Formats: sequence, C-alpha cells, structure tokens
Amino acid sequence: MEKKLYTISVYSENNLGLLNRISTIFVKRHINIESLTVSASEIENVSRFIVVVNMTEEAVKKIIGQLEKQVEVIQAYYHTDDEIIFTETAMFKFKSDLLFENPQIQNIIKENNMNIVTVNRTFFIVEKAGRRHEIDAIYDAFAPFGIAQFVRSGRVAISKEAMNIRKILGEIVQ
Amino acid sequence: MKKTERIIGAEAVVRSLIAEGVDVAYGYPGGAIMPIYDELYKYQDQLHHVLTRHEQGATHAAQGFARTSGRVGVAFATSGPGATNLITGIADAQIDSTPMVCITGQVASHLLGTDAFQETDVISISSPVTKWNVQVTKAEDIPAAIAKAFYIAKSGRPGPVLIDITKDAQLGELDYSYEKCTVVRSYKPIPETNIEKVKEAATLINAAKKPMIIFGQGVILGGAESELKALVEKAGIPSAWTVLGLSALATNHPLNVGMVGMHGHYGPNKLTNECDLLIAIGMRFDDRVTGDLSKYAKQAKVIHFDIDPAEVDKNVKTDVAVIGDSKDTLAKVLEFIDEKEHSSWLQEFRSFDKIEFEKVINGQLNPTKEGLTMGEVLQGINKATHDDAVIVSDVGQHQMMAVRYANFTHTRSNVTSGGLGTMGFALPAAIGAKMGAPSRHVVAIIGDGGFQMTCQELGTILQTGTAVKIVVLNNEFLGMVRQWQQLFFDKRYASTEMINPNFVKLAEAYSIPAKKIVKREDLQGAIDEMIACETSYFLEVMVEKEDNVFPMVPTGSSVSDIRLE
Repeated sequence: MEKKLYTISVYSENNLGLLNRISTIFVKRHINIESLTVSASEIENVSRFIVVVNMTEEAVKKIIGQLEKQVEVIQAYYHTDDEIIFTETAMFKFKSDLLFENPQIQNIIKENNMNIVTVNRTFFIVEKAGRRHEIDAIYDAFAPFGIAQFVRSGRVAISKEAMNIRKILGEIVQ
Repeated sequence: MKKTERIIGAEAVVRSLIAEGVDVAYGYPGGAIMPIYDELYKYQDQLHHVLTRHEQGATHAAQGFARTSGRVGVAFATSGPGATNLITGIADAQIDSTPMVCITGQVASHLLGTDAFQETDVISISSPVTKWNVQVTKAEDIPAAIAKAFYIAKSGRPGPVLIDITKDAQLGELDYSYEKCTVVRSYKPIPETNIEKVKEAATLINAAKKPMIIFGQGVILGGAESELKALVEKAGIPSAWTVLGLSALATNHPLNVGMVGMHGHYGPNKLTNECDLLIAIGMRFDDRVTGDLSKYAKQAKVIHFDIDPAEVDKNVKTDVAVIGDSKDTLAKVLEFIDEKEHSSWLQEFRSFDKIEFEKVINGQLNPTKEGLTMGEVLQGINKATHDDAVIVSDVGQHQMMAVRYANFTHTRSNVTSGGLGTMGFALPAAIGAKMGAPSRHVVAIIGDGGFQMTCQELGTILQTGTAVKIVVLNNEFLGMVRQWQQLFFDKRYASTEMINPNFVKLAEAYSIPAKKIVKREDLQGAIDEMIACETSYFLEVMVEKEDNVFPMVPTGSSVSDIRLE
C-alpha cells in the first residue's frame, strides 16, 4: 500500500502526562512524526493534538486504534490533505542592514504578502502562514541573503467534516 | 451535604482501598511511603499487608491474586528504586491484561524535579506499560484518584494502573468521603456490539464445514466460560486455546483440541491452515501463536470476537469483527447458531493427536530412558490433585511442559506470564494465587533458573505461612535457551549451564518442608506427600538435562511447518 501524508487529530483530556503516552505510540513503532502541535480546542479543558505522519492507510488505522485505546483520549481521526484546511506559520529574522542593501528582500516580502512582525535598528522579523511548499519557496528565495534565524510551526488543521466531540462527551456522561 | 471527615491523605489511601473491597495488598515500605504504612498498621484488621522480599515480588503476587480471584491486585512501593522495581510486574500485567493498582510514594512536591533522594519520574517511566497513571500532589485528590484507578484497572480490557502520591499529599489533611467511580468521560470500557456483525458471524459459523475456535484469556476476563462451552457444544466446533486461554474450557472436554502456537499441539497448528473458518475469541494473534503471518490461515475466513477494537486487524485481517464483552457477544451469537456436529473434521484433529502421542507425548509420560521427564511430573500432579490444581508456571521449558501436560477442570486455574515471559514470575505469583483461591491446591512449577530470580520470596512464604507447593524442575540449564542453542546455534551453550546451590537446604532454611527426587520410583510418593501436606512444601525434581520441548514451530515458520522432533 502507498504511503501518504495523513493528518491525525486527537481530542483528549488536558493531562500533563498524555503527550508522553501519545508520542510513545509513534516512537515504539518507528513512525517518524513530520510535525506535532498541541493546543486548546473548541471545548474547555479538551486538548487537540495535530500529528502529521507519512504512512500507509492500513498503518494509520492501527495508530488510531492505539490512540483511542488511551483512557484520556476522547477521539482520534485521520484525514488526507483534501479533507482538511491546514496551514503552518514561519518566521524569518534578518539583520536590518540587509533591508537597505538588498531591495529584493522587500520584493519577496511584498510578493508573498508577508507580515512584518518587528523592525528595529539591528534586526527585523517577517512571518508567513501558508502551505509547506509556499514557505519552502520563500526560504529558498531568502537564503542567498543570509537568514539569521528561521522557525516553522507544526501544521494546524481543521477538518471539513464535523467532529462531534461534544456529542461524544455528552453520550458517555449520561 | 456529603458527610465528610477530616483525615490525612495517607489514611484516605487506606480507607479508599478498604472502600474498594481490598482486604489484601502486597508491598515493601520505604521513606516516601511511610505515612501510608503507618495507616496500614492502624487498619491491619481490615487490610492485610503482605511484606514481600522485593517490590517485583509484590507486583507478581498482586497479579497471581488477581488471576485466581478475578479481583484487582494491589501493590505498594516507595519512591525511586521501590517504584522502578515494580516496572517488570507492571509491564507483565499490561501485556497480560491483569487488573492491578500500584501505589507508589513520591518525594514531597516541592522537591519534584530537584533530583531529591529516591526521586524517580515514575509517571514517565511507567507510562508505556500502564493502562493509566496519575501523580497526586494534594491530599484532597486522593480518594477520586483511587476510585478512578480501580474503575479503569478492572473495567473493559483490564490492566495495571499506577498512582504516585507525594509525601506531602500523604501528610496533608482533607475532608474525606468516598464515592466509587462509574464513568470517565473520555473512556468507553465496553464498546457497543453491532448486532449485524453478530448475525454475520453466525451465518459464517452455520455455513462452515471445517470451523475451528481459538480462545484466549478474553473468555476468562469476561467470565464467559459457560457461554464458550455452550457455543462449542451447540455448533460442534473443535476448540483450541492460547497459553492464557487455558482452563477456560476443561482440558478433557471432547471438543478441546489443545494448544495453538510455538509449542502447541500438532493438530490445531496443522489444521489452522486447513480450516475454512477461524473463530478467534478474546485472543490477540500474538506472534508466538501465529508464526509467519503471511502463511497463517490464508485459506480461512476469520471471525474475531474482542473487547478491544485496536486488536481487530492488528495482526490478522478479519472478515467479521464482533466487538464487545465476550460474555455478551457469545451469548448473542449463540441465539443465531444452528446445532451441528463436525465429526469427520474433529477426527482430523484426533488423527494428528495420535501422531503427536507416538512421537512426543508417549516419551514424556511413559519414558523408557532413565532420566525423569517434566511431563511425568505434571502427570503426577494431575493424579494427586484430580486434575484440579491451580498451576502457576514460570517461564521456559517447564512452562511449556506445564501448559501442555497439566489437566484443568476449573477456570482461572492456569497462572503464567504469557505475553512478557517474565522469569521469576511464578514463586511470588503463586503466593498471591493461593491467597486469591485459598481453598485450592496451588502448585508453582519453576525451572532452576527462574527460581533463583525471585527465590527470596521464600521469606514471604515463611512469614505468611501461605501453603504454596513449589516444584522446581531442575535440569541444571536455562533449558529453553539451551534448546534454541542446540537447534539453531550449533550446540554452543553460551551461559546456559547452571551450577546450582542445594535447593533443599535453601528451602529448609526458610522452614519449608523439602525433598529432592532423582529416581522415578520416588516421584509419585513425593508428589502425594506434597499435596497432602497442610503447609507449604518444596519439591526439587532432577529431570533429564537435555530434553527438548516438542512440537515446535520455529520462529518465522508457518504454524503448519510444526516440527515433532
């Protein structure tokens, strides 16, 4: 079976040790995590993990089973890129002198609709939210000028289909 | 308003356990858990604390107790090394789905993360091997944590949980009241059964010409032994067991066709690759059961009954998965099943039995050579206990011989470390098993290697007076490893030969009546004496040094390529 990028969404209780339990499920099976983001969700005290992996559908189904087996996991889903809206955020830091020495930098910022986060006498920072390939292209464009620092967040994603977490919680609570 | 009482956290721990019906627990004290031990002293009339000689022994004893009694086993340890010493037993309980609650003391919360004396991050260490764990740093959180722990440990697919309680939480005060946990919102212990799947399963069963059941411990954990028997009999299906399924159906049942897997019986292994329908009940297609998965039951349709959805399609692709509690799902499927007999198909199993008897079993039970065999020791125990002992086996050749040759009449009578294969399991587990089933004969079958891994627990037997019968089958080798060295490593016996101490003297040092048997004519008399003895008893039997366990499915081979010699 063909390997593909899958975005796994895990809704869970907001518990200190759960990140460890969840990452262990992947590590034990030698599954490389492409990106991992943990944040609040739309429900109070419920966390949401977004894990991006490159694997076969058969393998990702087994992972979902192992994730849902965790006592504090409410529900886990997996989606292909077509089934979600997703983005990543990247930040680039440069020496301020570069802005004046290389007008192309300004063009790159404009062409890509990047946000200027901060500018001062010594450095400036720009950011961009977008798809991985867009950020990679910007990186390649900036690289010849000397990037002082670069960082990219993990993927965040929202599914097109409904996720009935409130309903699931309601059903079990009754 | 709920009625509460102002008490300290340590007292809340003990009272919460008593509220859960705990009357025996195993453990070992130390600095960070002393407040709890102080309360155990106070409540000793209601909760009997058994001091083991090592924390690992406490977990195995708790496991043995859980396995025979069907209740939750409880183990205590202090922080640091006490906590890490629990890990082997916890991992064993996790892979064998044994309900267990472990309570560890922890350094005071203001010291967490400072590398304090006897501080270990037991939550992180135990995460991969627990069903759930939690650290409690406030006294008022103790009752709810214990209630949740018991609920999670015993519900659904059971497993071990660990509660780590800081010393300040043990000493802090709280307004105590206890309420049992009945729901955890993120956790669904028993998934709903889809009745359509039940009907599909029944249709396949009714249509099958050569059906075969493999049952595992899920039958015992679900208390579904009578439903299994009813299904087996109504549909007339030859039924085989996994190591942990053993004793769910009497070994002398006419449709019981023996064990599957690496050292299982000839017929069920061969015919796994001949049946047209494989019905797996509460088992997980472990690699020791399946051998080469690409050559496993490829001709058959597969039905999988299990409580854990993550087991479905994990190793073997199923045609119909019936998810739910085995007692319930088997009862449901029974309604749709036709009464049938499969006598010529059953006869195929019996024909293989004949071959196996001639090539393997006869030599074990009616040996012509001088050396004693493990099989005849088990046969002697069957005779002395009328096929009705609790057999607690360790890990290795003697374990495979025990599960192959011991006869069972009642469920929850076979206690062994199945998934983890923990040497040293049997002696402490037997102590717990006897406490969990005090009216039964509990016989531990242990090799000379495994015995020395936890033989300090003879001290626990001495102190508690638990009437455990200990049989050490001594071949002066780590026999199973030696067998593999003989078969696959050109007889290069690297570190498997054992120079052993005088075991009888060792047992006698702990005031346990002991005997060593070297001759066949003395064997049955000694076994009878051991079983008749009111107290614990130690029996060392010198067995043939280089006997092998057969049949055998070599690692990576197909189950139908099972070897008889």
